[in-house]
Amino acid sequence: MLLKLTCLVPLFPLIGSIINGFFGLRIGKNAVGIIAAGSMALSFLTSILIFVGFLMLPEGQHVFEQVVWTWFGAGDFSVDFGFQVDPLTLVMMFVVTGVGFIIHVYAIGYMHEEFSFYRFFAYFNLFASMMLLLIMGNNFLLMFIGWEGVGCCSYFLIGYYFEKKSACDAGTKAFIVNRVGDFAFLLAVMYIFNIFGTIDFTEVMHAAPEKLIYAGEAVTIITLLLFVGATGKSAQIPLYTWLPDAMEGPTPVSALIHAATMVTAGVYMIVRCSVLFNLAPMTMMVVAGTGAATAIMAATIGMTQFDIKRVLAYSTVSQIGYMILACGVGAYTAAIFHLVTHAFFKACLFLGSGSVIHGIHGEQDMRKMGGLKNYMPVTYWTFLVSTLAIAGIPPLSGFFSKDEVLYHALMDGNIIFWGMGISAALLTAFYMFRLVFMTFHGESRVDPDVHPHESPKVMTMPLVILAGLATVGGILGIPLFHGWHILHNWLEPVLHFDLANALDHSKHMLHEAGQHAPSWAHLLNPKEHNLWLEIFLMAFSACVAITGIVAAYIFYIKRPDLPEKFTKGQWGFELVQNKYGVDELYDEAFVKPTVEASHLLWKECDAKGIDGTVIGTAKSIGWLSERARAFQSGFVRNYALFIAVGFISLLLIMF
Amino acid sequence: MFEGTVPLEHYLALSAVLFVIGIVGVLVRRNVIVVFMSVEIMLNAVNISLIAFDNYLNLTNGQIFSFMVMCVAAAEVSVGLAIIIALHRNKPTVNLDEFNLLKW
Repeated sequence: MLLKLTCLVPLFPLIGSIINGFFGLRIGKNAVGIIAAGSMALSFLTSILIFVGFLMLPEGQHVFEQVVWTWFGAGDFSVDFGFQVDPLTLVMMFVVTGVGFIIHVYAIGYMHEEFSFYRFFAYFNLFASMMLLLIMGNNFLLMFIGWEGVGCCSYFLIGYYFEKKSACDAGTKAFIVNRVGDFAFLLAVMYIFNIFGTIDFTEVMHAAPEKLIYAGEAVTIITLLLFVGATGKSAQIPLYTWLPDAMEGPTPVSALIHAATMVTAGVYMIVRCSVLFNLAPMTMMVVAGTGAATAIMAATIGMTQFDIKRVLAYSTVSQIGYMILACGVGAYTAAIFHLVTHAFFKACLFLGSGSVIHGIHGEQDMRKMGGLKNYMPVTYWTFLVSTLAIAGIPPLSGFFSKDEVLYHALMDGNIIFWGMGISAALLTAFYMFRLVFMTFHGESRVDPDVHPHESPKVMTMPLVILAGLATVGGILGIPLFHGWHILHNWLEPVLHFDLANALDHSKHMLHEAGQHAPSWAHLLNPKEHNLWLEIFLMAFSACVAITGIVAAYIFYIKRPDLPEKFTKGQWGFELVQNKYGVDELYDEAFVKPTVEASHLLWKECDAKGIDGTVIGTAKSIGWLSERARAFQSGFVRNYALFIAVGFISLLLIMF
Repeated sequence: MFEGTVPLEHYLALSAVLFVIGIVGVLVRRNVIVVFMSVEIMLNAVNISLIAFDNYLNLTNGQIFSFMVMCVAAAEVSVGLAIIIALHRNKPTVNLDEFNLLKW
């Protein structure tokens, strides 16, 4: 049976990581690259086999679980080390192994000059393995292992250039900020165990409608904690500050970890727990609000940055904001759809920016680029395609996915969410084309000593493939005439949720507790799918995207003096350029007090209190020993005397 | 128990006297050989009391045990004398107080 191969998918990259980590220096760069990319390719092929096996499952069975071994047990609590395959997992598996493989290939070219090539690929493969564990684990604890594992690899890879202070700081920041979210996630898992007595996904999701009261306290707290976990990993307000700094890592890392896969883990987790979130309307409001706010805030910051990778980083934060918004209005399919298309075009954009940086010898400031179109045509065209996709120009993939998110924001949320989303879309089109125009068009501002050149084939081929995917990725979710699409039908078994049934259970439980159940009847009215509204919205958002592009064209091609005029001396602009001062605020509010308190604890409590006690004990024992050592004279007859005296005194005591 | 035999107390007194002689010998003499002989005296003092009790209680355990002690004593003599010879080769003396290196 093909599904038996499931456990191999995370195993291949793990083996690759071990080989590269321990023997990488000895086997040479070529072998390291082949092992790293090869293990990802094997994972991808295995995923295809699993997909085929999954399609052959009997009708009505939508999940396959493979328990490798029982991890640990205590009392009636036991955790399996097991994998589960369902439609959602398969989608994520293809994104991680497919995009991961392409980026691995690219990285072989990009990292080729590095001495610790093998170290990079050991971490990179380990990351892929952990990410696969995260998405394939069949219980919360295994997901948590993957969750922590990817965070750890992210830390290693951000700090890859560890001789650079800023890279180390960025790594530490990412790790610590993530820890806040991880802690909340762990609390949520404990709470879930407390209520359900199990942490297996299938069992929890199955029992949730019967054990939790709709909009009750328990489910609200659980989902809020889970969401805090998601904000950490997926870089949402208030924990987004680590992601822009994470750009200190090598560019393939930014593409794979900080754009395509790891940062979408929060979205995946929310979709995985969609049953719980469906039961907590208050959390859903928080989720949607956070997503919309993040989308628009990150987009405004993205407009003002000059570092090419930072612009893309804020763009990532903003796009994940869309996904979270989609989750918040209950449009999980749209969230996953946008996740997939975003993985394609954002990976392409990051790799393209890496190609640019590679081509002009490590320069990242867009003010020192310009006119690169002619020097690197492949990079330019693939970059342009992906930019059109993210800006939302039909018929590229980003158009369909973003539009679906916005449509659901309006239909299932409210007009405010939609308004924020469409404004962010306008800003996205603007700042992405600002980036393209500043980098590839206009006068060249490149240093005269630098001769820009196109990257080697091993780097441009991945760009072409990803650009192709970014073009056609929309096929997954082209709205058909009755309003449904492929991805929706595919994910239906995972996302299926019977609200009426859950409300019945909740009412029953509330009656048993002697409380009056509120009327939830209005929740059950089915919403009409409005085809004309959807078409209108599509046209509208396409117009918005074009407006943004035209604006960028005017500002950065036609009248390059305009941006200067608009921004000079404007306090509003400076505020945005300084990222709203959030970093400084966090510094003052959290970092400094922590550092000072730690310093106090170190100097006073640790050095004086604890060390004092320990050293004092040792010293007093030393003093006693000085006295006692006089007994050990070395004279045998002395010892004999002690024995005799001791024996006699024992006799005297006993009788 | 008939008249004319030596009572248990006498044996025990002899044993005690020998034992104390042994202890004092160990403690006060400096000659290694003499100290060694004193240890042997102590062992034999114990043997006397073992056999005396044995006879008094009509048992055989003590006799067996005294053989055991003799065997151990013989073994100990061989090891002990070897040590003494080794000591003597290192230092041309048999004075115990000269051998005080084993200390901290």
